[in-house]
Amino acid sequence: MKKEFLSIVITGHVDHGKSTLIGRLLLDTNSLPEDKIREIKKISLQLGKESGLAFITDHLKEERQQDMTIDTTQIFFKSQKRNYVIIDSPGHVEFIKNMLTGATLAEAAVLIVDAKAGVEEQTRRHAYLLGMLGIKNIIAIFNKMDLVGYAQSRFEEVKANLLLFSQALNIKPAFFIPASAREGENISKRSSLMPWYKGLCLLEALDSLKPEEKIENLPLRLPIQDIYEIAGKKIIVGKILSGTICPGQRVRLYPSAIETCIDSLQIFGRKIKKASAGKNIGLTLAEDNLAQRGEVIVDSRDMLEPKTSFKADIFWMADMPLKLNSPLTFRLATQEVDCVVEKIEKRIDSSTFKILEEDAKELKLNEAGEVIFKTARPIVLEKFDFIAELGRFVIEQGLHLQGTGIIT
Amino acid sequence: MDYLEELENKSIYIIREAYQRFKNIALLWSIGKDSTSLLWITRKAFFGKIPFPIIHIDTSFKFKEIYEFRNKYVKEWNLNLIVSKNENALKEGVSPEKGKFDCCNALKTEALKNTIKEYNLKALLLAIRRDEHGIRAKERYFSPRTADFTWNYQDQPAELWDLYKATLEREQHFRIHPMLHWIELDIWKYIRKEEIPVVNLYFAKKDRRYRSIGCACCCVPVESRADTIKKIIRELETTKIAERSGRAQDKEDAYTMQKLRSLGYM
Repeated sequence: MKKEFLSIVITGHVDHGKSTLIGRLLLDTNSLPEDKIREIKKISLQLGKESGLAFITDHLKEERQQDMTIDTTQIFFKSQKRNYVIIDSPGHVEFIKNMLTGATLAEAAVLIVDAKAGVEEQTRRHAYLLGMLGIKNIIAIFNKMDLVGYAQSRFEEVKANLLLFSQALNIKPAFFIPASAREGENISKRSSLMPWYKGLCLLEALDSLKPEEKIENLPLRLPIQDIYEIAGKKIIVGKILSGTICPGQRVRLYPSAIETCIDSLQIFGRKIKKASAGKNIGLTLAEDNLAQRGEVIVDSRDMLEPKTSFKADIFWMADMPLKLNSPLTFRLATQEVDCVVEKIEKRIDSSTFKILEEDAKELKLNEAGEVIFKTARPIVLEKFDFIAELGRFVIEQGLHLQGTGIIT
Repeated sequence: MDYLEELENKSIYIIREAYQRFKNIALLWSIGKDSTSLLWITRKAFFGKIPFPIIHIDTSFKFKEIYEFRNKYVKEWNLNLIVSKNENALKEGVSPEKGKFDCCNALKTEALKNTIKEYNLKALLLAIRRDEHGIRAKERYFSPRTADFTWNYQDQPAELWDLYKATLEREQHFRIHPMLHWIELDIWKYIRKEEIPVVNLYFAKKDRRYRSIGCACCCVPVESRADTIKKIIRELETTKIAERSGRAQDKEDAYTMQKLRSLGYM
């Protein structure tokens, strides 16, 4: 399959130059409409700002006045090799939820570090979150090299610092690039000011990334999304997360473990003989009385063990701490179940990665934890590394999303 | 699966999710290319029969081609159409000449407010895209609005993967954006692939065509010789002109769109 788009999230500490980097990429690749360039110039002048590169993605009035990205945004650009969706994300600690919103849509990430300021709190926290989200394709950019005289020694120093902690996490940057987004050095073309650097510029590095393949070869997993009554027939709809499905196939619904058979598969206007991962399809079952949203359709030879107690890595993003045994809603694929956290085995500072406490009573804002969940009903889950969409979840409390995590 | 199928599948999942979570929903159809594509995908998602109403916000200033197209396909696609009109404002003589901001706000946003209240709608499907406008690029797929329609863009809820937020506070409604991840070029490629009918204003006549359509008085055609879908696609692959450059409400001031949208504009 030809992959025409790659989505990349730009992460890193506040003021390290994420939005400026994106502005530079767009400008140098000739990706901006003329009136956009005129608008940016005009607004920069009005606000008395020197370069307006960040204003291309920082579109809110408040963002431009405060020189700070508040919410994640997406912009499109083309290199000679392929199309990109660039996801800007805020680097301020207050907006971690917006950074996560952007990062969960990305297949690759750029982690940006101010070469002068060095690694800071959000550099490490963002790196931690990229590791947790399983984003494997990472490019480390050392920005603002112009402020340190393009000195190799400073680059090596900050790079060593980054390497030190990235090894402790689940991330391995594939590239370490010294650059200046403001001056356009090592962004879309190699810099002549840093002859000591022999590697690729950012655009070349992006073009060399290989997106991850889709998962057709894995066993069938199809969570039921909804059931429609059409002309007296029950049509079950859902998205195939992994594997393939065809009429006549013996299947089981989990957690109920009912065995039945696929009667027919359909999309609008026609019956189909086969469908595979990524497709949203409609189907009818030989026996459909117990089919309901949240049940996961699997091949009948595949025995699953739905769980009511399991371990997970979580990240808490609510002001109110997560407390042991307080009621929560657990959502994974189309499953939704009441639950509690029964045990917090480890409470972790997500910016220093230090274990703050074992067997803790609560998790505070922006803390990570290794916890044991107890759910009111059995649910189907998989390890995140096996089938990502059945290994990632969100935690709600009341009306709000308060935390997220993955099954390890 | 090719790229357009990927986009379509993501949209179908979102549309079905919105219906499953809220039931009492409607689709906003401006009769433009994007919302017609959304309508097309929604028909596919529900196997040909959409189980909720379609709203056309009628300012009464739309192109006559738009009305003709609407009436034809409401019948052909068997749609449950609601025409949303702010009759009071029209009686009072609200019009673009008396101020575009107030006109958009009264004839679109206020009209929609009344319709939402009348039908007690919990969510609206809209075909906005991230690449249309910087302020739309900040949107979520599931985006809550307060009772008075305010979009709290400075504190949007987190939206992780496709686990969309669907819990409502009292009096709130959700804007659902199933086409957010499409770009203008994708829409045209999809229209070509699926042979979706579109209003003929998009095709060049006398070296001009509309790239974005709305009210006749507030849309300016762009210079173009693209009189077929194929030519439009070729044009878009090389153009340096923004899609909404012919739309007056985007132009008054750099933040008009932000202001309009924070008040509930589409």
